[in-house]
Order: sequence, then structure tokens, then C-alpha cells
Amino acid sequence: MNRKLALAAALAACLPASAMAQTELSLWYHGAGSANAEEALVNQLVEEFNAAQSDWRVVIETFPQLAYNDAVGAAALAGELPDILDVDGPVMPNWAWAEYMRPLGIDEAKLRGFLPGPIGRWNGEVYSVGLWDAAVAMTTRRSTLVKYGIRVPTLDAPWTLREFNDALRKIKVSGDFEYPLDLGMAWRGEWYPYAFSPFLQSFGGDIVDRSTYQSAEGALNGDAAVAFGEWWQSLFENGYAPGTSQDAADREVGLLEGEYAISWNGNWAALPVVEAFGDDALFLPAPDFGDGPVIGAASWQFGVSATSDHPEGARAFIEFALRDRWFSAFSDGTGLIPVTSTAAADTKNYAPGGPLEVFYELSEAQALVRPVTPGYIVQAKVFEKALADIANGADVADTLDAAVDEIDADIARNRGYGH
Amino acid sequence: MAAVSSDNRGLRLAVRYAVLTLVAVIFVFPLLFMAMSSLKPDHQLLTDTGSLRAFLPVGDISFDNYGAAFERAPIGVFVLNSVLVTGVTVAFSLLVCSMAAFSFVFLNWRGRDAVFGVLLATFIIPYETIFVPLLLMMSQLPWIGRGGIEVGWLNTYRAQIIPFIADGLSIFLFVQYFKDLPRELIEASRVEGAGWWLIYRRIVMPLSGPVFATAAILKFLFMYNQYLWPLMVVQAEDIRPVMVGLGYFTDQLNVPWGEVMAYLTIITVPVLAFYLSLQRAFISSVASTGVKG
Repeated sequence: MNRKLALAAALAACLPASAMAQTELSLWYHGAGSANAEEALVNQLVEEFNAAQSDWRVVIETFPQLAYNDAVGAAALAGELPDILDVDGPVMPNWAWAEYMRPLGIDEAKLRGFLPGPIGRWNGEVYSVGLWDAAVAMTTRRSTLVKYGIRVPTLDAPWTLREFNDALRKIKVSGDFEYPLDLGMAWRGEWYPYAFSPFLQSFGGDIVDRSTYQSAEGALNGDAAVAFGEWWQSLFENGYAPGTSQDAADREVGLLEGEYAISWNGNWAALPVVEAFGDDALFLPAPDFGDGPVIGAASWQFGVSATSDHPEGARAFIEFALRDRWFSAFSDGTGLIPVTSTAAADTKNYAPGGPLEVFYELSEAQALVRPVTPGYIVQAKVFEKALADIANGADVADTLDAAVDEIDADIARNRGYGH
Repeated sequence: MAAVSSDNRGLRLAVRYAVLTLVAVIFVFPLLFMAMSSLKPDHQLLTDTGSLRAFLPVGDISFDNYGAAFERAPIGVFVLNSVLVTGVTVAFSLLVCSMAAFSFVFLNWRGRDAVFGVLLATFIIPYETIFVPLLLMMSQLPWIGRGGIEVGWLNTYRAQIIPFIADGLSIFLFVQYFKDLPRELIEASRVEGAGWWLIYRRIVMPLSGPVFATAAILKFLFMYNQYLWPLMVVQAEDIRPVMVGLGYFTDQLNVPWGEVMAYLTIITVPVLAFYLSLQRAFISSVASTGVKG
């Protein structure tokens, strides 16, 4: 008997740790078909976690991004949520409020030194954490600014509203470009609140009143918001920027092919600009329209579902991922911004002197997360429609008032969304 | 006089062919646009949309989009899943709905007209409105599996098939068609001592080819185009159908249009093949019942 036991113990010792009984954890990921390195890296992360310990085995299920949020909603309804959820930063409060997710319960000391965007906080608790962030910049060429006598702005001294308008006018008058500014109007959906609400915030307005999250009154239709709306409309009326009918292909290559002088675009589109223009490429901070320069923040993050039977396992996986090594790997693979400065130092693009270093600085200095409220998913759509309508010539004040009414009605319908 | 009449006939024929050609062109152009666009790089594809070049294989033509589409998504798995789910549903639907219709037309049973009335009323209820309660039901239904009794049908083929086997429209189609069959044949068979199953199998079915084809095509299209339901009940990639697979070709900001067109071209092939194989019977049925999809 003792010999049998000894033999069994010896055999068990020979087995790799991961082959022993591990409790299965399901992970849903939004990037099926993303055709970039992100999905491969998530798979690698899962494999390494499974091999590194003997308690848990994460099984990944990938969904196309277009269908992901609906699939999560349906699964929540049917009580079939996975243990670990992948969630877009601004959507997280809605899922937390709807009780799809639970607080991470993570030691916040582990998040020290993170950029603000990748930490998903709701009602004072951390619900999700991202391994990367994204940032946008005014992308152009130094030679273009020099040619038209336009000052090169810095983080400490960004363009003012007057300077920015003058720059657009000078370029327009030259007739050298089809449009001075490309805002990316061809991209719809989340791009509008992510990329354009910072302009509104820089004017002093916002999508919703963040002090209470109970109304958009005053924030989205006050004097600052109307000033923003009128400026926004003037960009299209003056022919400074292509409107909602912009060709998606022009958005992709318009700057590189000389159709546009300046492009408001993200770090994910920056490398081709560096390759095309070399040292002439410039990534400039958002202008300061009066209330400080602002850019958007927060990308996809990991969280734990409210129905998980093994939150400690899910947490262990997320903590395993929160290492500079993974931040650097994702950044090198996808071009996105690593979430800590120490990880940035190890990347090829964001290290000191790297071609995209400025984006890390932009994230650190100018980033503001979108309104942290469960109602954001409705507010984002209302905001998108309002901006498109104003760009197409709708009356600014009326459009913003209507948007406020719609947002307020939604907040009332949902009894304040738990704020 | 004879020459004038011949000229008129010729003119009428020319006009008829001109109109038919125009209609054919209107129906064929979207498919042509899709197929031609699948051969072009994105930038050219979008530029060409403003002119007739969009319908021609001109410019930088290649099959690169097809290669990229196959790399991006397991297209073979998706097509196979859709064909399997659609094929099984169509087969069971034809059997169940035609038998139900047979019972409504040829059998006398208490409450028959009332039940048929309720069935017709279901036409006005879109499937989407019952999806949420149906989802909740699916998540609680039992099934006898390899490990004994299991609870929950989510993430299975049966969740994609069984709710769609019987539907009011198919039964209505069969009822309308069966009503026009010569009743003398049925009555004579009864007099000869044939049972209802024999009458259904040997007399009604062989005479009802066109309506079977019509019901099959309509059900095929409905099932093959399903998006929302499989999105709600299927989480595993290996049983995902083609329409959910379309989501693999869009991300937050960019759509690779060439790959999308390549994917759409590939997944259109089974639909066209199925329709063309039943086209003659479908047209015959439409002509006789006045119903089309």
C-alpha cells in the first residue's frame, strides 16, 4: 500500500502543475477578427497564466466587437455570464449598475503609477482595469506649420482658440489643401464622444453635469456648450473640415496624401505618419479653448462578473496581467499606450525618444475619462447625433436643448442611474 | 395587314424584353457590385462607388481580400454551421408545417378554426418581440445529454433550430395550397380505405412540390439570415453562424470593405445555389398561390 502511495505521489510530482485539477474560469473577449496582435497576445496571456499556477484554468471565448455588448446583455439575462469580462471603459459603469459586474477587490497599491484612463472606477470602487490606453493628437507636419507661420504648440502652451482658428484660416486661404482639418467625421459611433466631447469640455461644457450626473441641463446647453456648438458648426460652414459625408478612405489616407493639413487622430494611426513624414511628423496637444486642453481616455479593460462562482480566480488572472511585461508586450504588439511609465520605457514606440512618446505625455497631462455614469451609453448616442446634426447645419441651441431633454428623460426613466 | 401585325408583335416583344432586362439589371447590380468590390483594395473600392467602375473588374484586381477574409475569421466553420442549422430546420419545418396544414384542411376536429385563427394572428408578432422570454425559457429547458439530464439549451445547435421549426406563415402557405387540391382524390382514397398518413404521404405530398419549394426557400432565407437570435443564444465560436460572423469584419472605427465584400460573396453562394435549385417550383407556387417572400 505504501509502495502504491509512493508511486502515485511520484507520478503526481512528475506532472506539470497545470495538468493537475484546475478550476475552469471563462473569459469573454471582444476582439474576434481584429486582425492585429491583440487577440494573439490575450491568448498568450491566458496560456501563461494557466501554466504559471495550478488552481485556475482560464478558457477564452472570443466575440466580434460589433456583437459583444449585446451578447453580454443576453448572457446576463439568461444568467450565463462568464467569470471574467472584457469591457469598454465608458460602458463599465452601466454594467456595474446593472449588476453584470462586481468590484474587483484588488489591492489599489497595485495600480499605483497607472495612467488615469485604464482604471475603471464606479461608486468609489475599482471594477475594471485596462492593460493599455489610447490618446488622440493634432497630427500634422512641422513643415506645414512653418510654411504658414503657425506656432508649434506644446503641452505647456497649447494653441488657444484664436490661434487654432487663425491656423485653419491661413491654411484654407492658401488653397494648398482640400481641407485644413480632418476630424474623422467618417468614423461614427464611439469616436464622436471620445474624440469630440473633449472640445466641448475645453470650452467649459460637458455631456452631462458631472457634479450630480442627474441632468445635462447647463452642461450640454449652457453658454459654453452653445459657444462650442457654434464653433463646431463654423468648421464645416467655413470649409475648414469635411463633414459627415467624409469618405472613409479619405479619413485613412487624407493626411498622408496631402488632402488635409492637420488630422485629429489617435495613436493607433500614428506609425504610418511617422513612416511617411519621418522627423517632419508632429503630434500636437489638444488646443485649449478656454477651460484647459482635454483629450479622451479609457479603452478596453478586464473585470469580474457579478455571477462568477470564483471571483478570487478571476482576480488572480487580472492581477497576473497587471505587470509591466504585459503592458509593454501589448503596446509593442498593438501600438497602444502602455499604462505605466516604467512599461513605456521598455517599449519600442513610447520609450524616451521613441516616435510615439508624446502620446504617453498627452495621456498623462490631458486625459479625461468620459462621463462615469451608467447613462453614458445613451448619452453617447445622443451626443453623437447632436454633433452630426449641428455639423449638417441644424440650429445649435435648439439641437443642444433637444439633446439635453433626451438625456434628462433617460436619466429620469432610470431613476437617476443609482447616483 | 399581316405585316403590321407581325411588326406589332415584334415591338411588344422588344418592349417586354427591355423591361425584363431592366428589372434583371436592377436585381443583379447589387450582386455584381458586391462581387466586383471583393476584388478591389479598399481605397479603390470606395473611390469606384461614385461611378460605373464599381460594377466592373477594373483597376487593381486580385483575390487578396478573400485570403485576408479567411485569415480573419473561420469562414468555413460559419458556413457549415449555417448550412447545418438552416438545412435541419428547413427539413423539419416542411414536415411539421405541412402535416399541421394537412390537419387544418382535411381533418375535422373541435376548435380547428379557432386554432387556425390564432395561428394567423401570430403573423403580426415579430420574432424579435418574443426573443427575451424565449431566451429565458431556453436557459431553463432540460435536455438528455451524454451526462444525463442537463439544464439549459444555450450554446447548442438545438437552441438555433427547434424554436423555428413551426411557424404560422409556412402553415398558412401549405393550407392555401392544400385547399386547391382536388378533394375528389382525397375522398376517393378514403373510400378505398386509405389512412390519413397514406393520403398525406402518397397523394398530397407528390402534388404539392411547388408549395414545398416555396416554404423551403422562405424558411431557408429566414434561417440563413438569422443574426439576433444566434447572437443571444450562442457564445462558442465553433457553432456560430455566418451572419454573426459578419461582425468579425468591423471594429470600433474601421471597416475593411474589400474583406466584407469577399465574405458576403462567399456566404451568398449557398443562398443562390439553394434558390436556383428550387427556382422553377418556387415560381410555379408563387403563380398559383399569389404568395411571395
